[in-house]
Amino acid sequence: MAIAAIQILNTMASLALISLGLAIIFGMMKVMNFAHGELLMLGAYSAQFANASGINIWVAMFVVAPLVVGTIGVMIERLVIRHLYGRMMDTLLATWGLSLFITGAVTMTFGNITRGISTPLGSFEIGGIRDSSYKFLIIGVTIALFAAIYLVLKHTKAGLIARATMDNPRQVAAMGVNPGAVYTATFAIGAAVTGLAGAIMAPLTGVLPTMGAAYIGKAFITVICGGDAIFAGTASAAVLFGVINQATTIMLTPEFGEVALLLGALLMLRLLPAGLSSLFPKRAI
Amino acid sequence: MANPAFALQAAAVVIAAILIVVLPKFLEFDTILQISLNFAFAILALSVAFVWGYAGIFSFGQAAFFGIGGYAYAAAAINLGDSTVAIALGVLAPAAFAVVLGYFVFYARLSSIYVAVITLVVTLILYKFMGQTAKPSYMVGKAMLGGYNGIPAIPPINMPGRPDLYAGPNEIFVIAGLSALAVYVALRLLLRSRLGRILVGMRENELRIELLGFDARFYKLVAFVIAAAIAGLGGVMYANWNAFIDPHVFSLAFSAQPIIWTMIGGLGTLIGPIIGAFVLSTLSLELGTQQTIDINLIMGLVFTVFVLLVPQGIVPTVRKFWSDRADARTAPTGKEAKRHG
Repeated sequence: MAIAAIQILNTMASLALISLGLAIIFGMMKVMNFAHGELLMLGAYSAQFANASGINIWVAMFVVAPLVVGTIGVMIERLVIRHLYGRMMDTLLATWGLSLFITGAVTMTFGNITRGISTPLGSFEIGGIRDSSYKFLIIGVTIALFAAIYLVLKHTKAGLIARATMDNPRQVAAMGVNPGAVYTATFAIGAAVTGLAGAIMAPLTGVLPTMGAAYIGKAFITVICGGDAIFAGTASAAVLFGVINQATTIMLTPEFGEVALLLGALLMLRLLPAGLSSLFPKRAI
Repeated sequence: MANPAFALQAAAVVIAAILIVVLPKFLEFDTILQISLNFAFAILALSVAFVWGYAGIFSFGQAAFFGIGGYAYAAAAINLGDSTVAIALGVLAPAAFAVVLGYFVFYARLSSIYVAVITLVVTLILYKFMGQTAKPSYMVGKAMLGGYNGIPAIPPINMPGRPDLYAGPNEIFVIAGLSALAVYVALRLLLRSRLGRILVGMRENELRIELLGFDARFYKLVAFVIAAAIAGLGGVMYANWNAFIDPHVFSLAFSAQPIIWTMIGGLGTLIGPIIGAFVLSTLSLELGTQQTIDINLIMGLVFTVFVLLVPQGIVPTVRKFWSDRADARTAPTGKEAKRHG
């Protein structure tokens, strides 16, 4: 029972973790980043490559992966997204072209084979069932990341400027802030968080050029069912779908877990088209 | 309807039909197979061209409907031993799926971004789900779904009621070609009809169409279901082409294809996506034989560049270029006047 509870918590945390970067970019900038899965994949590759080159596993995960993917995020924003603001459908298409491009580039560089990172931290045992202690790390990191980004957005000057820019870029520009720089920074932070998430998930899934596809379905559903409130919405959607997914997976198979997740999402969007955010006060983020 | 332009178009259709029937006698076997595949892809491209280019619904799921059509045909043809009902099922199964999915997304009035995301997720899940059907418990009557190995030895189309008179590669070429042509003509006629005008009006201004008394949710659903049926027909032709279907039709890379054909060929035209399908699928086959450059890399790059620089696609750009030149020739000041007007 305790094991099942930890597994469900872990599924919720994983969902929230892989969705957070997407939620930042979509919630703040209204850009649906279809290359999200590939940013996760690049995070995983950065950590794996750094670790295989002799860098400490924790440094590879928590420093190298976010830095590399954040930098790639800056490039994507400058080269592609920048030219398409206000054209939501076109940003979706362009990022999706990018996702094919990145998959192709990584396949050419690293080959279409699965690489592994050994899972650190060993295992724990409750009532005769062993499980990986790494699950606690995922839960802890997710909570810490959500808390950190919430605090930055709500209680720092940078967060205030970011929120103001998303609200009214012209007004912000009139007050001496360059909205373009804020957009770039926001996209880069979303990308860096996504890279970190990909690196943290890497030991569990293995590293493969097409691994992004395994994540994006869940991440997209979590974010769009979360709705406008980036944190409250995404977190509550992750909790809801974590339960649905893990319960169905335990009872049937992981494939049915995903089918159940989708059906749950369709039903929920039929009842609450604005997502779970519509249940929260209007000013929630 | 008896105007010269219409007569010209009718003549073009007749000539195309004659070419499709006659060509297999002159072409090499490899070419026949390649073009038959392109016909199946052209039908898929028309499905995207219609639902995205005219009804304004961006759906990632057209390849999924294509796949459902192919699988439905395969399962039914293996069980029944006759293709007539199987073809109907190959068209009706994806249409029925589209009714259910479309009801949820359109009647919830989800934004176009959400529709794109949901159709993508459905496709991804179908890929995973069909991939794990290798166990013997996944039998549809006599047909094994076979997981990632797919369904081999799908019976080809036969004369209704005569399973012994079945189509060879030449006949498949003709059937697939005429089907693509028929879908093209049917869509042309549909777009001239009242329904077609409502759909285009909805694409241009949904609120206005609603204020005029049309239920946009209902018309979106209708367009979505028609497009799913068309994609399903394409899937039936695809299952016939190689007597084989596997879950890769639900994969991201495959779902990308018809959208790339449509985008590059020309959104808001029917001929552009067909040209896109022929050129790009032939190109990706050629590129697939070499090992140096990954095909996804090229497709992704070309697609992104088109979205940024040529968002209308090739056919509308070329048409505009021609009509600008014609304007310039007939009235030298025409362009100036337009710029100031």
